[in-house]
Amino acid sequence: MTSEALEPGLDLPTRTEALESLLVERGLADAKTIETFIGIYETQVGPMNGAKVVARAWTDPDYRARLLADGTAAIAELGFKGPQGEHIVVLENTPQVHHVVVCTLCSCYPWPVLGLPPAWYKDSAYRSRVVREPRAVLAEWGTEVGAEVQVRVHDSSSEVRYLVLPERPAGTEDLSEEELAALVTRDNMVGVTKVAPPGARS
Amino acid sequence: MTAVLPELDIDGPAAPPRSNGELVFAEPWEGRAFGLVMALVDRGVLAYDAFRDALIARIAAWEAAPPPGECWSYYRCWLQALEEVLDQQALVVTGDVDARAATLAARPPGHDHRHHDHHGDGLHHH
Repeated sequence: MTSEALEPGLDLPTRTEALESLLVERGLADAKTIETFIGIYETQVGPMNGAKVVARAWTDPDYRARLLADGTAAIAELGFKGPQGEHIVVLENTPQVHHVVVCTLCSCYPWPVLGLPPAWYKDSAYRSRVVREPRAVLAEWGTEVGAEVQVRVHDSSSEVRYLVLPERPAGTEDLSEEELAALVTRDNMVGVTKVAPPGARS
Repeated sequence: MTAVLPELDIDGPAAPPRSNGELVFAEPWEGRAFGLVMALVDRGVLAYDAFRDALIARIAAWEAAPPPGECWSYYRCWLQALEEVLDQQALVVTGDVDARAATLAARPPGHDHRHHDHHGDGLHHH
């Protein structure tokens, strides 16, 4: 194929439909499977999976140890795995270190635990700036990281996807695992924000 | 495929807030393009690594020289990469996509909407 294909302004929905119809005709794909995958990634796979992993790690020290030793295996224990989530490394945020994740090449992302990447993750501005000036980017997210805290930026690849294990907020000692999971957002697990304490969010 | 993905709580206390979940696809075709790749990878028709390499190249090419007036679109690159890999493998050559797209674009008004019950409307081949 040449670069002439897909000229700017081309009708992308029609192009997609054309490709799908040809693949279906040739027995290479079927609409039901396509829709199943869309559904899986839109609704079943998503940040809630990652939040459950985080809440388990907060409440079960043995699980936390397994998670940090082998993220892929510990996440699979909870039943979360998928076609692109084979190698997940979990990074633990502490009072000394704050981790934040990016994919400078494309948009590698731990789909089975975080679902599809948000628009800003794929944005070239985020991808370039978070490497150059992570503290400035974090500040724009409203994330305060003290000067004494080390900020580490991790670049995903096809081999390694990262999931940030955020710090458990104060005042959550009495919460159940389910209640803790409800506090954890996707952005916390990419590392651009910290987990807000209960009642701090609208 | 679905066997490794459990049913999860969408509502209720176990489900974290959905303010978390902004729309993942800006338009329906982006979802179709995404699902298409996943389905092809699942069936072994498409090697994800080959697709990913093509996607990276497309994104890099766009960033190196953004066409004037064209907004950044991740899924445009995604679709281009998919077309490229399928063309290289001679599974669906670009000319076929061009021809089919032209046919679809020429449909009369009222036929250019997707309905699950009428998938491939006018294109029955069984």
